[in-house]
Amino acid sequence: MQFMLLFSRQGKLRLQKWYVPLSDKEKKKITRELVQTVLARKPKMCSFLEWRDLKIVYKRYASLYFCCAIEDQDNELITLEIIHRYVELLDKYFGSVCELDIIFNFEKAYFILDEFLLGGEAQETSKKNVLKAIEQADLLQENIDFQMRLFAGTVGEVNIAVVVDQ
Amino acid sequence: MALKIVKGSIDRMFDKNLQDLVRGIRNHKEDEAKYISTCIDEIKQELKQDNIAVKANAVCKLTYLQMLGYDVSWAAFNIVEVMSSSKFTYKRIGYLAASQCFHESTDVIMLTTNQIRKDLSSPNQYDTGVALTGLSCFVTPDLARDLANDIMTLMSHTKPYIRKKAVLIMYKVFLKYPESLRPAFPRLKEKLEDPDPGVQSAAVNVICELARRNPKNYLSLAPLFFKLMTSSTNNWVLIKIIKLFGALTPLEPRLGKKLIEPLTNLIHSTSAMSLLYECVNTVIAGQYWFSVGSASLSSLCVFGVVDSPEVKYLGLLAMSKILKTHPKSVQSHKDLILQCLDDKDESIRLRALDLLYGMVSKKNLMEIVKKLMLHVDKAEGTTYRDELLTKIIDICSQSNYQYITNFEWYISILVELTRLEGTRHGHLIASQMLDVAIRVKAIRVFAVAQMATLLDNAHLLTGNMQRNGICEVLYAAAWICGEFSEHLENPMQTLEAMLRPKVATLPGHIQAVYVQNAAKLFATVLKAQEGNTDSTTAQETSQLMIDRLPLFVQSANLEVQERASCILQLVKYIQKLQQKDVEVAEEVNALFAGELNPVAPKAQKKVPVPEGLDLDAWINEPPSESESEDEQPKAIFAKEEPKHSRTRHTEVDEKELARRREARKQEQANNPFYIKASPSSQKVYQDAPGVEHIPVVQIDLSVPLKVPGLPMSDQYVKLEEERRQKERAEKKKKEKKKRKEKRSGRGKKHDSGPESEEDITPAHQVDIVTEEMPEVQTNLLSSNCVFVHLYLSRPLADSEKLPVRSHRAAEAAKSPVEDGETENATSLEPKKKSSKEKREKKKDKDRDRKVRVQRCSKGRLEQQVQRIVLKNKNKLLFKNLFPPTQVYDIQGNLQDGSQVVVSVIFENKCDSFLKSMEFNVLDSLNSKLQRPEGSGPHDGLTVPFQLPPGVSNEARFVFTVQSIVMPQKLKGTLTFIVKNEDSSTHEKLDFKLHFTCTSYLITTPCYSDAFAKLLESGDLKGSSVRLEGVNMPFHHLLARICFHHHFSVVERIDSCASMYSRSIQGHHVCLLVKTVSKQQRSTREPIWDTLAMCKTADSDASVFLCCKKQNQDLKDKSVCQKTHKKLYIHIIFHFYFATF
Repeated sequence: MQFMLLFSRQGKLRLQKWYVPLSDKEKKKITRELVQTVLARKPKMCSFLEWRDLKIVYKRYASLYFCCAIEDQDNELITLEIIHRYVELLDKYFGSVCELDIIFNFEKAYFILDEFLLGGEAQETSKKNVLKAIEQADLLQENIDFQMRLFAGTVGEVNIAVVVDQ
Repeated sequence: MALKIVKGSIDRMFDKNLQDLVRGIRNHKEDEAKYISTCIDEIKQELKQDNIAVKANAVCKLTYLQMLGYDVSWAAFNIVEVMSSSKFTYKRIGYLAASQCFHESTDVIMLTTNQIRKDLSSPNQYDTGVALTGLSCFVTPDLARDLANDIMTLMSHTKPYIRKKAVLIMYKVFLKYPESLRPAFPRLKEKLEDPDPGVQSAAVNVICELARRNPKNYLSLAPLFFKLMTSSTNNWVLIKIIKLFGALTPLEPRLGKKLIEPLTNLIHSTSAMSLLYECVNTVIAGQYWFSVGSASLSSLCVFGVVDSPEVKYLGLLAMSKILKTHPKSVQSHKDLILQCLDDKDESIRLRALDLLYGMVSKKNLMEIVKKLMLHVDKAEGTTYRDELLTKIIDICSQSNYQYITNFEWYISILVELTRLEGTRHGHLIASQMLDVAIRVKAIRVFAVAQMATLLDNAHLLTGNMQRNGICEVLYAAAWICGEFSEHLENPMQTLEAMLRPKVATLPGHIQAVYVQNAAKLFATVLKAQEGNTDSTTAQETSQLMIDRLPLFVQSANLEVQERASCILQLVKYIQKLQQKDVEVAEEVNALFAGELNPVAPKAQKKVPVPEGLDLDAWINEPPSESESEDEQPKAIFAKEEPKHSRTRHTEVDEKELARRREARKQEQANNPFYIKASPSSQKVYQDAPGVEHIPVVQIDLSVPLKVPGLPMSDQYVKLEEERRQKERAEKKKKEKKKRKEKRSGRGKKHDSGPESEEDITPAHQVDIVTEEMPEVQTNLLSSNCVFVHLYLSRPLADSEKLPVRSHRAAEAAKSPVEDGETENATSLEPKKKSSKEKREKKKDKDRDRKVRVQRCSKGRLEQQVQRIVLKNKNKLLFKNLFPPTQVYDIQGNLQDGSQVVVSVIFENKCDSFLKSMEFNVLDSLNSKLQRPEGSGPHDGLTVPFQLPPGVSNEARFVFTVQSIVMPQKLKGTLTFIVKNEDSSTHEKLDFKLHFTCTSYLITTPCYSDAFAKLLESGDLKGSSVRLEGVNMPFHHLLARICFHHHFSVVERIDSCASMYSRSIQGHHVCLLVKTVSKQQRSTREPIWDTLAMCKTADSDASVFLCCKKQNQDLKDKSVCQKTHKKLYIHIIFHFYFATF
């Protein structure tokens, strides 16, 4: 897979993951072009299209479009499956995910994607394993945060506010 | 410390976190840009603080802004800071930001190497995981090279979580640093049998991707994969394995037979469409179509029937692949494909159209086109309709109208297509009409009748001609009616139609054709009327011309004007003659006598230029500059070429002209591509055996010639059926007769049954215009593929070992052919005279080496350029040497250590002349090409010479280099003009200049006492490395180090030697090489591989240099090749570095 884009029905980009090194300018150009092309398609149309020398596979879930670019020899149907699997993962993690979850926790969405795909290839086909890895990493993060808070809390009144803020 | 944290925490209280930022952006919909710019200012403030938590928060926000499209490259260094935090929370954010924002040209990536290495070996598996994930997004060739070994170690990590990631990322590493593939491959292979299914599937993934690029190397793995395929139940893995087999089977046909059974089983049993599709694809790729044919086809039918647009689309895609090899098996699905034309989705309809193109045969062409015509009628949207129209024409005209049996039908189709509204393809239809009318003689009568009707009804077409191109059709119609006017039923009527005042509203080029052809028609009409002995009608016709033509004389279009006034004068003259009762028809007809023949578009190219004629040479002295160009009328007529005006000045005597004419005639007679006016060539064609029974004329009679109004093509389908039946009957009769004559009692071969392709004979004969033969590509280079030249089965060479994590002056020994450097290397004092002697010696020793010596006039600088030609898959590798005598120059000029001269040898290996070469390099921060003053930073430098075929020459370019402790790769392009006998083209060649660290070293002699002092001083940092598997004599080894890395030997005792070198900026480099065992394995152990920085005491940088020295051999070579038609142009770049 070359890259994955998530964008809203209004054409706002919500997530982008590039597995090929490109300059920002190029990325922007590709994104703009693809968002336009995909949004222009009608609901009952085929989810695949040929674009430049790549194949685009996209699917709409609620108000979000998930759009992947794959190479000529890649399997379109399995890419569709990957998109679906990612949506399922998000759903499990956030508990019936909506666009706002992804907007406000975009880094989490990335972490989940990174556990699921690596370098454009599916690295873990088991949903359970992906979620387990994410949970444990989160736990690690929270532990550190917690220690930080404890430490900050010993210093004085002001820091209570800090704890709340976090 | 504690206070600092408190202060940071207080600051944080006032900071926005990510959620605040997102909320803020959503609340400031109308002035988003302004809000974000204030946010960015805040972030900049936050990044200045020491508190890592604040920084991480800022970086997190930046990552979000980056996604929104804001430039955050300025914060790259801060991202690295956050990455290197010891806390997982921040590290995670840092790596995420890096993976989103970094790309290959991000400078700070270089700084991350050590940090990533640390994280990779972290005891916490999530630290490692995060680093691997990040690395997969921004890995560069340098990172790949430096970290390959670490990642390879991780492939055998105890945790499957890490193993899995490490295996997957190896693919990215291979792509960036192909040399790592061979050493890593055995371990990758092991992972195929890893106990953890995740790791196993990752390994399958990587090998499958690799095999797609170069399948040959992976054939040996086939049995292993076969086992996996039959045992695995994971669809994801199965798909990859099957894809892998798809790549392997074309190489090993036996594999195909073995695969049939499991594949068939899968096709029948699986419920996953994706797996089914992959199986079908592999079956198609494997060419063992017929054995699995029925199964696949039935599944393809499923593809067609299932009501999902995705599956339908893929089914069509698969069919188009089958079509290439087995067209017959697809043709039976014609109905299914035609159904897809009704689909709502345009991409499916277009796919189906593509398929139809390949599916037509003589038998079904009419039927398919009829269906397409129906679709044209009901298609909505002009783009799709235009697509249909072009497809219809493509389908019919493919391979010289091979599938058309009845051209009257085709003409009617074309005429029907003209009724399409708003199409842009008028010219396409027009060119088809012209082509058919010219090439199919038998059709002319019919075509002319149709065209006359078109002209008569021109108002139908031109109704909205302003916005469509359909009026182009009138161009063809007018020309056909004029040119073949003898076939016209009622020429007078057509003439009147062509001279209607409304014609003046048509585009200029069409009017011009109208005028010209009106004249032709006039000639025909005149001829008919003069025969009638009634002179008044003829005079009336002339009067009509004289009345109508002035309209065109006033035209704004110059060509129309010219033609009209010319013809008007002619007609006036004719009228005068008519009034004197002179018979003029014959003479007027003579104006348009002779038949126009079709000529292939490239035929002119095939006419050889007569000997001694140089088309590019000036015939007379070129006009001086002052003779202003703009005075010359610039191409009033599109086809006028400026050269014509000059030929007027030629003065060639009559004899010469006659001689040339004769020669030309001779050549034309011999040239098969020149279509002669005499009908002989066509006759030959028509007399060809097996064609004479084609009933060319008879059919015309069965068609009603006078079609009132516009024709309907449908009737031809029916007629065609009848014709075929008749033909078949005739054939049978003939057959019978033959049989009777021969009295052979054989069974009925051609009796009834479905008729085969060959049985259908076309009703008309097409004049085949020979197109230029495609030039044969004799040798296709696959140089664009990274892994093509890697052979995995070959044992590992010493040079291919991955860089190990330690510092060393790695003398990668990778130059298979050289072995004669001993003498050169042992020379401790590179003095002029001795080096010269040695060169002589060497020349004698290896004769296949070409040594070129250049000498400067003053003798101060002597250069030795050595070439080693390796026969390695069309590649010529060239190597370089430092001029040993330059030592003296440099020592006096240490201040100038920032300049480097790059000598480039351009060698033209093709048969064409190369000129106007321009050399340009994309500057980096560290290295810049010195350009003449006044030129911009991106201007190229002109190479001061031209290259005739086979010639090589050297050009020098000066670079300014800031830091020499890091290797550099500069991208550059060379543009040049390739000049052939008949054409010249502009070509571009990309190349890379590699500045490696050891290229900045200069062979400097050092005496042992000075060397000892240097070591004692303690300024040097030391490190050592042990290399195994070096199996060459010790003196060869030393020679190589001296030769390739510019060291000199200080002292040598048995199998131990100390060596010294110096960089152009004065860094000392000391090296101790020691053989440890006397067996085949000799070990080198440099104890002080060190750079004591004379100017900068930066130890980190010195470490860097040492690491980067690895593999410099590989990097100094740069071979660029480019195909130019049949020829290969080799330009070999040859670098060596020197200071002034």
